[in-house]
Amino acid sequence: MSMTPLTATAGRLTSEGEPLNYLNNGHGLKSWLLTKDHKRIALLYLFSVSFFFIIGGIFALLIRINLLSPEGLFNPDTYNRIFTAHGIIMVFLFLVPAVPAVLGNFLLPIMIGAKDLAFPKINLLSWYCYVVAGIFLTVALIAGGIDTGWTFYTPYSTSYSNSNVLLAGVGIFIAGFSSILTGINFIVTVHTMRAPGMTWFRLPLFIWAHYATALVIMLGTPVLAITLSLMALERVAHVGIFDPAMGGDPVLFQHMFWFYSHPAVYIMVLPAMGVVSELIANLARKNIFGYKFVAMSSLAIAVFGFLVWGHHLFVSTQSIYLGIIFSFLSYAVAIPSAIKVFNWTATLFKGSISYDTPMIYGLGFIGLFLIGGMTGLFVAALGIDVHVTDTYFVIAHFHYVMVGGSLMGFLGGMHLWWGKITGRMYPEYWARAAMVIQFVGFNLTFFPQFILGYLGMPRRYAAYPPEFQVLHVLSTAGATILGLGMLITIIYFIWSLKNGERAPANPWGASGLEWRTSSPPPTENFLETPVVTWEAYEFAPIETMDVLGYPGDPGKPSQPVPAEHGTED
Amino acid sequence: MIHHSLLAMSWMLPEQASSYAPEVDHLYEFLVGTTIFFCVLIFAAILFFFVKYRRRSSDEIPRPIAGSMVLESAWTIIPFIISLFMFAWGAKIYLQEYTIPNDALDIYVVGKQWMWKFQHPEGQREINELHLPVGRKIRFIMATEDVIHSFFIPAFRMKEDIVPGPNRYTTVWAEPTMTGQFHIFCAEYCGTSHSGMIGWVTVMNDRDYQNWLSGGAAEGSMADRGASLFQQLGCITCHRSDAQGQCPRLEGIYGKEQLMSDGQKVVADDSYIRESVLSPLAKIVAGYQPIMPSFQGQVSEEQIQELIAYIKSIGPPETTNATPGTMKGSTKISAPGSNPAAKPPIMTTGGATIVAPQTEKAQPAQLPQQTPGQNQ
Repeated sequence: MSMTPLTATAGRLTSEGEPLNYLNNGHGLKSWLLTKDHKRIALLYLFSVSFFFIIGGIFALLIRINLLSPEGLFNPDTYNRIFTAHGIIMVFLFLVPAVPAVLGNFLLPIMIGAKDLAFPKINLLSWYCYVVAGIFLTVALIAGGIDTGWTFYTPYSTSYSNSNVLLAGVGIFIAGFSSILTGINFIVTVHTMRAPGMTWFRLPLFIWAHYATALVIMLGTPVLAITLSLMALERVAHVGIFDPAMGGDPVLFQHMFWFYSHPAVYIMVLPAMGVVSELIANLARKNIFGYKFVAMSSLAIAVFGFLVWGHHLFVSTQSIYLGIIFSFLSYAVAIPSAIKVFNWTATLFKGSISYDTPMIYGLGFIGLFLIGGMTGLFVAALGIDVHVTDTYFVIAHFHYVMVGGSLMGFLGGMHLWWGKITGRMYPEYWARAAMVIQFVGFNLTFFPQFILGYLGMPRRYAAYPPEFQVLHVLSTAGATILGLGMLITIIYFIWSLKNGERAPANPWGASGLEWRTSSPPPTENFLETPVVTWEAYEFAPIETMDVLGYPGDPGKPSQPVPAEHGTED
Repeated sequence: MIHHSLLAMSWMLPEQASSYAPEVDHLYEFLVGTTIFFCVLIFAAILFFFVKYRRRSSDEIPRPIAGSMVLESAWTIIPFIISLFMFAWGAKIYLQEYTIPNDALDIYVVGKQWMWKFQHPEGQREINELHLPVGRKIRFIMATEDVIHSFFIPAFRMKEDIVPGPNRYTTVWAEPTMTGQFHIFCAEYCGTSHSGMIGWVTVMNDRDYQNWLSGGAAEGSMADRGASLFQQLGCITCHRSDAQGQCPRLEGIYGKEQLMSDGQKVVADDSYIRESVLSPLAKIVAGYQPIMPSFQGQVSEEQIQELIAYIKSIGPPETTNATPGTMKGSTKISAPGSNPAAKPPIMTTGGATIVAPQTEKAQPAQLPQQTPGQNQ
């Protein structure tokens, strides 16, 4: 692989003689905290979501430690606060923002050939919203915790809980605005800022997935804000919206909560699906099989995702006819996910498959997401859901989707683009080892939970009947291994910042505009506006894929153009 | 007796102790089989491609492949058909689980932080323990004194949330098919001792059950206790049996349709009576004044159940003789106090009492007939 001639940016050097890029273009805290550069904001997000991921992970380990013995190690009040903290932190402060706010923020403008997002200041504001939300939630946790579970079901949350429900509600409300602002930015940017020649169907699937996610965020998150506001109003002023004694209905809260929180599952997993398309295509050097089907399935998931919330209420005294309709729609939403899995698999056919870490994460994602998706068919089946809902079966199912899907996608993406983001490569050997350790640990943690759940082990139990102990101990052993794998990843990522090999512009021989600028990119992403004349995932010999705007490259396509493609704007 | 398509799985299943438990497990096993099939298919394809198409030189550029409409259609339509089948099968079991038979033995359940309280019509009261006869359909009529709880007996594959509210009893049913002791769990998070809100159901053969029934309960049946409450609370001064009172006569109303002042017709079932005690102004019987005070806070959930048992016991309820075995899945389909042929089944889910569409047509019979896993 040829090294990018970084020194070729003559006249664009820092005072130390280093090539100028977004990382060294400005120093000091202020240049970071007041930055409007989407790449720096992505890094701010990376630090903050990683921080909360570690906190949430520690709570996960505390859960598993508690469940080593049937009596439970902690007293129930403590345990209830631990699992609530784990859920709230992981959902609202890690899974929702992780892929879009870090990778999406960094890559979306570069991938479409733009200089930044449409509203750079709003982008910074979104990070500040996240930080304020994080502070509220941290205060809520430190000052006594929250014991409602991340779902805040009424009337427990409004009339019975003595914990910091209000603080947490305000925190999540603000976190919601952080995602809404990111969503607006993505939609406007994709519509208005694509480079010349970057037509809709030349967009990388990463962009399609983020576009679909942004739609869900914009339509769903306001409902969460309304729901939490009503809950707070009910808790403070007893207005009676959810209080049956005043003619309200506790089940109404569940409808409103899941109207956001089920689509939120897609907010968490769709961007990761976008990452996986990039991992598979670029490390097999193959165009994605059925590109349009994969792109459209993201939109289909976004639309159908809004019509299935009632499948969380099959035993909540919802009308059984509603239950039947929601069950049917839930099966319908499974189809676009299946289409993606089949197309990714077919993409490998006659590819040139690299065994580097991003590909292994991509395949790990498919494997775990497949199990997560297939077990979704179990919980969509009414007769079975009655038995398994609120048990460990559901816990296992959504962890296969959320951890096996979103987290694997996030980590895979971090490996694929680590060199682009930091300018340094991660150590390949350790990365593969860590991935395999995480994969084994993950399955050992969550597979036994399917069995536990069907045997009847309810979720959110601080103590349990002794016959469940063996499976719980296996699960805790798995969590320990998974934690170890995560620790290795964190260590070598940090190590590589100083000691990693310098990253070339295109270490993978990948296609896509982000590989045609230096690693790390300059502040304005490209030294001159790229003109796109190639299709998505069109691979060419690496020597011919020049870095745009550098000497020796006139900014013209290095490949003969296969066909005429007009721009859309 | 129980056919396991995947024998090796039996240790992963709880005991099958209710009439519909084997059906749930059959569908589960079908889903496990389908999952294994697709996982093996896709994992095998991935592994094969992973080895066969590994990168052999760093500059290799494989030829792009356009895609295939045939394949896309195949892997859209085939999974869709399979999932339709799963949907229909799951819905069939669900309808069975929530079509409450009316020839069932009523057990009254109260959930409160953090215990289960049970009352038998004969008067026995239990806490966190429940004794049931084998081979009888049991209808659980449930209320909560505080937050949402969920009544879960894994061995019965039965679960239903109990949602607070004056106008709702939640009702589920099961027919225990096996004697033994099984777990009762609360499945909806309800606060500090959620994991302590557990108990045991003991399913006994009929003779043991009769012995157990005659063993305790010196204080009379639920209806007896309800009758004395009816006196104590002063209900009797207005709801007089001689039709001279200011309030409706209660004799014989249970299970019958009552005409309200707004023209609405309401079946006087458990939920209706409970609502009338707790928020009497919600529904006013035609021809009467809204003068009854609320008894909210003056009667416990158990006392309301006793009052209902009393109202049920007074007046001659017309006995119904639904022909047994008219439907698969052991569901009887007549409403109390009505002609079974004319009245559709009552399906109760929480607050809403739903009168189902006419009998067999909308019933599971419409769903796939080849479905395995019918009772026996």
